[in-house]
Amino acid sequence: MADEHPLTWRREGAFDPAEAGKLLGRMGHGGFLGMRYGNHGPDWFEAELPWREDLVGAGNSGVLASGPIISLFDNCTSMAIWTRRGRFVPHVTLDLRIDYVRAAVPGRSVIARAECYQLRGDLAFVRALAHDGDAADPLAHAAAIFMVLGDSE
Amino acid sequence: MSVPPPFGLPPFALAMGMALSDSDGEAPVVTMQFGPHSEGRPGFLHGGAIGGLLEMAGFAALATHLGQRGIEQRMKPINISIEYLRAGLPHPLHAMGQVLRAGRRVANVRVEAWQTDRATPIASCWMNFHLSAPKS
Repeated sequence: MADEHPLTWRREGAFDPAEAGKLLGRMGHGGFLGMRYGNHGPDWFEAELPWREDLVGAGNSGVLASGPIISLFDNCTSMAIWTRRGRFVPHVTLDLRIDYVRAAVPGRSVIARAECYQLRGDLAFVRALAHDGDAADPLAHAAAIFMVLGDSE
Repeated sequence: MSVPPPFGLPPFALAMGMALSDSDGEAPVVTMQFGPHSEGRPGFLHGGAIGGLLEMAGFAALATHLGQRGIEQRMKPINISIEYLRAGLPHPLHAMGQVLRAGRRVANVRVEAWQTDRATPIASCWMNFHLSAPKS
């Protein structure tokens, strides 16, 4: 894939989740939202979305909109796949489902942790949860499927 | 029929460059501009930004639907399932929702997003909302 962006994890060779995670918050939509790398393991990736006034949703309640949480899940699930693969392979989100089990607490960062639990052919299956400080008390759960980008796209 | 949307976009939507426009349908069209703030892989819309617009259009459709019927209810999303159909190109993205059913406790909404051609959606979603009495 042609890619002229100087700041990128989209290149050949070993995928470094920590390095990619740091770039995540420096460009594009992840940069706009201010995402931060958290941690990673062999098949999982964690990132944080600090609370910000201009990311608040409807109702003047101070609660983070769910849009940024969708984005956080989209990025973390994607990163979890490259983390498990150990290399960057261009892919696209096929579907993403999120269950909101409770509202985020105003003022708190949201942390998402995604695990790539299956790679099969050109499909990758990921599950994730988000919390705002206590992983035992999640605010949302997600499931996503990604597909390796075809030559025609 | 032109619908005056009773739904005001929240800070997140404004920060993302979303705006409401009237439509000749039941619900307002929500449009998001392309820019670095909505870019994923270089030159393409971010999947999360697409999801955020779909969800906002879902809220707008439901708020409009309830408003037109004089119903005052709090709307909380229970879940959302997004299908990504085509790559999002660096152009404005439009989305409009449709309320399939709004009962006393639950509303079921579908949303489609498109760019140049309304008949060629690039993403769609279903959303379920929990409805409850407004806080007094």
